[in-house]
Amino acid sequence: MTACSQDRSALAAYLDGELPADQERLLQEHLLSCPECAAEVAAQVRLRRAMKPAASRFASSAEFRRKVQGQIAPKRNVPSRWLWPVAVAALAMMLLAVVWNRESTLGNQAFREVADLHVSDLASANPYDVVSSDRHTVKPWFQGKIPFAFNLPELAGSEFALLGGRLVYLHQQPAAQLVVGAGKHKISVLITQESRGSGTALPFSRGVAVRNSFNVETWEKNGLRFYVIGDAEQGAIHRLAQALQGVNG
Amino acid sequence: MDRAFFEQLAMPLFDQLYNHACWLTGDRADAEDLVQESYAKALKGFASFAEGTNLRAWMFRILRNAFLNSRSGLKQKTEYLEDEAGVDEAVAHEVTPETLFLASESQEAIFSALERLPVAHREIILLCDVDEMSYREIAQVLDVPTGTVMSRLARARRNLRAALGAKEAVR
Repeated sequence: MTACSQDRSALAAYLDGELPADQERLLQEHLLSCPECAAEVAAQVRLRRAMKPAASRFASSAEFRRKVQGQIAPKRNVPSRWLWPVAVAALAMMLLAVVWNRESTLGNQAFREVADLHVSDLASANPYDVVSSDRHTVKPWFQGKIPFAFNLPELAGSEFALLGGRLVYLHQQPAAQLVVGAGKHKISVLITQESRGSGTALPFSRGVAVRNSFNVETWEKNGLRFYVIGDAEQGAIHRLAQALQGVNG
Repeated sequence: MDRAFFEQLAMPLFDQLYNHACWLTGDRADAEDLVQESYAKALKGFASFAEGTNLRAWMFRILRNAFLNSRSGLKQKTEYLEDEAGVDEAVAHEVTPETLFLASESQEAIFSALERLPVAHREIILLCDVDEMSYREIAQVLDVPTGTVMSRLARARRNLRAALGAKEAVR
């Protein structure tokens, strides 16, 4: 059937892309003028294309692939028995760090709010809603303005002087802010209802803590949370806190 | 030896090697044994593998040698010898381009024709047409001169053509 003298193996090499450039050009010219070879090439091109799916006829299971990979992969540290306690301890520490970080973040937020109230009061042109050094004037002023009651110690004759008070909001709740002078320093006393989370999250639960060079003391008593904050010395903050604790037992 | 480097180079060949092993053995379990053995051997011999040479051809060669030494490979070894005996040239010549064209319509016909080829012919057609290796690469895999690749490939294709033509004739 082959009237054409064209070498069949050259056709195959041409289709395989293995024919030298000069021969390839010659063959291409020949194909233009020889219908017999052109038909043969077309059929073979089609056959080869039809064979391509053979490349993906057999797919391995993922399990077997993992098995082989596991055998050649670099030896990763296989957790041996004695490593478990170490791993558990490490995990526990990580959890602790996360929780502590979260708590201290909450605590920092709580502190910032308290500090902001204190500073904004000092910076205000009208720092007090009620101006009086008399606790019997200041305390009743809060009646009906806050949903709780508190007691103020008698400060007359002490190192402290009551300067006044105002209504503020702390942790989205109404709070009483009292400003107390101690020498040239001003100390804020903030009293609000204890809200779940706010108090326990505070990082300064006992005694006077130093935060951003403010001295702070806070405690909870009978559902009320107290903050004493100012730039007065730690001892003064603590004494004022004790005086407040003494009358709000 | 750098196992991570080997893993990085050799794992991308996994699908190709697995598919090829299935075509050679015709059995999944045998193919898995072959692939596993090949990777183990390649990892062991990776130190002797010259970087810059063809890793794919090297891995296929390891797979092929593992196959020839396997039980399913030994069974088919005689076919390798028969390969040189040649093909029924007359039948192949009777298959016209038109017949070939029509036979290509059916993937099933092509797959079954491939399966019926002697393993040496199936192997070289897969390497060339399916895995798209150059004659040089194939020569490396089969460990034969390039001239042998060309002549064996020509025989294999005539054989496949005859098989496809016969299939067509039966219809």
